[in-house]
Amino acid sequence: MSHRVSVNPITCEAHGMCAEMLPERVTLDEWGYPIVDETPVSGAVLAHAMRAARACPTFALLVERERAPSRR
Amino acid sequence: MTSVLAAAGPSVYWYVTRSTGAVALLLLTVAIALGVADVQRLSTPRWPRFVVDSLHRNVSLLAMAFLVAHILTSVLDSFAPISLIDAVIPFTGSYRPFWLGLGAISFDLLLAVTITSLLRQRMGFASWRAIHWLTYASWPIALLHGFGTGSDVKGGVWLMALSVGCLAVVVAAVLARVISGWPERAAWRAAALGGAGVFSLFLLLWLPSGPLGSEWARRSGTPPSLLPPSQSTHAHASTR
Repeated sequence: MSHRVSVNPITCEAHGMCAEMLPERVTLDEWGYPIVDETPVSGAVLAHAMRAARACPTFALLVERERAPSRR
Repeated sequence: MTSVLAAAGPSVYWYVTRSTGAVALLLLTVAIALGVADVQRLSTPRWPRFVVDSLHRNVSLLAMAFLVAHILTSVLDSFAPISLIDAVIPFTGSYRPFWLGLGAISFDLLLAVTITSLLRQRMGFASWRAIHWLTYASWPIALLHGFGTGSDVKGGVWLMALSVGCLAVVVAAVLARVISGWPERAAWRAAALGGAGVFSLFLLLWLPSGPLGSEWARRSGTPPSLLPPSQSTHAHASTR
């Protein structure tokens, strides 16, 4: 079972909390908006991803279960 | 033990309820300041945003814990007839009903804010934020409750100093929030600033004749049976 991190660009207001809490997957562009590495997360990184999603002030960071294991 | 204490003077609960009330005021003030710092996106290399955010959360929860202790001990203290219902439903009790009721309103508002924040993931952002704004109403109501029921404002300098210090912090926080927030809502910002100013002015005009004036215990609605007969030197009664 793997999970993937993504951002809802409509609700994101560039608070940048996700980049602080999940530097493994999130970096910020020059305007402070997140650039997300969509490599699947698991284990400790998944736990960090969940915390980062909970901390997002506008609920814009999503951690979703991958429906089918895909090859990328 | 309890009976000895009761005979000797104020119960332990009486001291605990006063101190937890004062600490709760301090913690709520810190929580508001941190909340504003959070929404202003304040951060330094030593204080990243998530530190401010989790500190805001934890200080707020600690404040709620102190409020619960404050309420329970005021109910347990047998001197003032305060029931658990008076502490949650405003204006129902017999002991300083109006001023105790303000405390109940403030607690109810903060309870709503706490519960919605704990369930934040399960509700929409707009409704969570609308409820979170109730904090700005709960704080002045709590301060008035402290002035109206707390006898320490008159008895000594410490609670007055704490209250004025906290008021200064909250007014500064509102100012900081209003200056940079809601650029498209000038009327709201003006109203928030006006509210903070009017509240401060009201305290300045009301305190000398109100809680700092004479016979506040009687005027604030203390049951006659609990009032000292005249110029009593009974420590328990005269401190209230």
